[in-house]
Amino acid sequence: MSYCKQEGKDRIIFVTKEDHEAPSNAELIEDDPNDPYEDHGLILPNGDINWNCPCLGGMASGPCGQQFKDAFSCFHYSKEEVKGSDCVENFRSMQECMQKYPELYPQEDDNDSAPSGGADNAPTASTSTDSLPTSSPDSTPAATENPAAS
Amino acid sequence: LVTESVVEASVPESIIEVSVTEPVAEAPAVTQTAVSEPAPAAEPVESTAAHSDVPEHAPYLLIGGGTASFAAARSIRARDPGARVLIVTEESELPYMRPPLSKELWFSDDPKATETLSFKQWNGKERSIYFQPPSFYVSPTDLAKVENGGVAVLTGRKVVHMDVRENKVKLSDGAEISYEKCLIATGGVPRNLQVIDRAGEEVMKRTTLFRKIEDFRSLEKISREVKSITIIGGGFLGSELACALGRRSTDLGLEVIQMFPEKGNMGKVLPEYLSNWTTEKVRKEGVNIIMDAVVKNVSYKNDKLEIKLKDGRLIETDHVVAAVGLEPSVELAKSAGLEVDSDFGGYRVNAELQARSNIWVAGDAACFYDIKLGRRRVEHHDHAVVSGRLAGENMTGASKPYWHQSMFWSDLGPDVGYEAIGIVDSSLPTVGVFAKATAKDTPKAATEQSGTGIRSESETEAVAVTLKAETTAPPPPVQQKEDYGKGVVFYLRDNVVVGIVLWNVFNRMPIARKIIKDGEQHADLNEVAKLFNIHED
Repeated sequence: MSYCKQEGKDRIIFVTKEDHEAPSNAELIEDDPNDPYEDHGLILPNGDINWNCPCLGGMASGPCGQQFKDAFSCFHYSKEEVKGSDCVENFRSMQECMQKYPELYPQEDDNDSAPSGGADNAPTASTSTDSLPTSSPDSTPAATENPAAS
Repeated sequence: LVTESVVEASVPESIIEVSVTEPVAEAPAVTQTAVSEPAPAAEPVESTAAHSDVPEHAPYLLIGGGTASFAAARSIRARDPGARVLIVTEESELPYMRPPLSKELWFSDDPKATETLSFKQWNGKERSIYFQPPSFYVSPTDLAKVENGGVAVLTGRKVVHMDVRENKVKLSDGAEISYEKCLIATGGVPRNLQVIDRAGEEVMKRTTLFRKIEDFRSLEKISREVKSITIIGGGFLGSELACALGRRSTDLGLEVIQMFPEKGNMGKVLPEYLSNWTTEKVRKEGVNIIMDAVVKNVSYKNDKLEIKLKDGRLIETDHVVAAVGLEPSVELAKSAGLEVDSDFGGYRVNAELQARSNIWVAGDAACFYDIKLGRRRVEHHDHAVVSGRLAGENMTGASKPYWHQSMFWSDLGPDVGYEAIGIVDSSLPTVGVFAKATAKDTPKAATEQSGTGIRSESETEAVAVTLKAETTAPPPPVQQKEDYGKGVVFYLRDNVVVGIVLWNVFNRMPIARKIIKDGEQHADLNEVAKLFNIHED
């Protein structure tokens, strides 16, 4: 059973696993998927690409940002049966640009560097070295970065 | 890789964000000589080299080269194709992140870490503290011409005057730059104790005010040379540095003392029982803690520093680190005619981070209106990222208020890991819900009390072994009956949860953020606590 104590203005409750088994009756407000203030994921409610998504790392903002945007936009809106097959030129430009900045866009050996319009994957070089890691720590156990890092 | 996440459009943001934290395998070796601008390695550019490299105009001018500024630069570039962004920074460094300076860089077993400023992340991958290597940036002289725009960084230059009427700034070397949109992200400088300020050269020479890369390098060197270091301040920075130094203390034969006026570490942040618990952990990292310590006087005697406390206690040490807060940098307020907040310090801006037309402020220096939590100023890394990004969005035509609540975290050695969000002020009433150790957990009680057992459960065997090897001799059984191993603490204002600390429970930040966003009055916080599944890993 849980027990509880008060230390001045601070209340402390100890609960066992069993105490917390029953589902919570706390009420949360339903989220509005079209809330203009909310940050969005990769795709905005209107179907456009959110270039500012942290998930893209520095891809849209670096020296090859324009080429990346062109290639990925083309792929995103491609209506071809083999999606993106009409974007070969864009991907080639992007690869050409990225090859000029190996530090930012390291090429992996087994990466499919030729744009494959055929596959579901939009081929890209590895993500840039950029990240703002703690802008997205929600899914990363940030606190474990320390001890595990040593 | 971006590949998978880019295609799966329906994947929620939080999952996508995880993949971003994996950098490429090798951290670029960033050396000063690799910097493309003319600024020399460690010193600011002299005025004779002057104006030749300074652009006359920058459509986007970002004052300050820290985390908020970099986040804004990225946001602007993502949203405005071909944007030309100029960052002007006093420092001689390209933009970098601060948290590793008081955490990861101290724990690296790479002897070159101090030089390269690279560290291993929790997932084993190396990364540099620099957000981007030099090749990411365009040189200031090329900024106006380069085809698709870019981000240029002018180092070693300070903006000393801002003319809002004419939309231009003046630099320390006399050069002028006009702008269309401007971000002020000047951060702050570490506060010092008045008694040290007045104590003279010999004391100041032996005092570190910790904030920048050079402070880290300097302190790291000092830690190998002296016999005793005293940290004054019991908050985030002071406690993290104390733990970092404490961990090295045995190997280095170094005495580490930490003193502060509160009753325990993080006394202004954590409720007393957790502050006490944290203090015990810091002690176990090898730190000699002196609480209720108010420094009255610091003097230099016989090649030592002598710290005299108000209650008469005398402490002898070789070097002092003052970690007593940050003074936001608002020097441009006067010339720019910008308002400075008298309660929190910093430039006063609205909910959309705007000070005036075409001028935004983000990061440590921004005192902003938070629609949910009220006017505040936040000095954490994630806030710099979130506010920098938001400022960048608004500078490129959005009109969004501060809405996505930033978070923060602290590591104080292998036993204390917490993440927090919102207003986490120990003067508020709190309700803490902790997992009670059950009968079947008892055999682990000894390790549970030190926290190593909890950590080992969630890590792989290899990591667990590493951790155990690094802890000092088995700690004596903790006297207190309760063990605050893991749980969640709610901070209340008028019965509404305004802040949450996730104590040794991870990956629950989205639900914490949601509860704060809702701003509801919950009758039973234990029911709210259930949403966190604290008994699971």
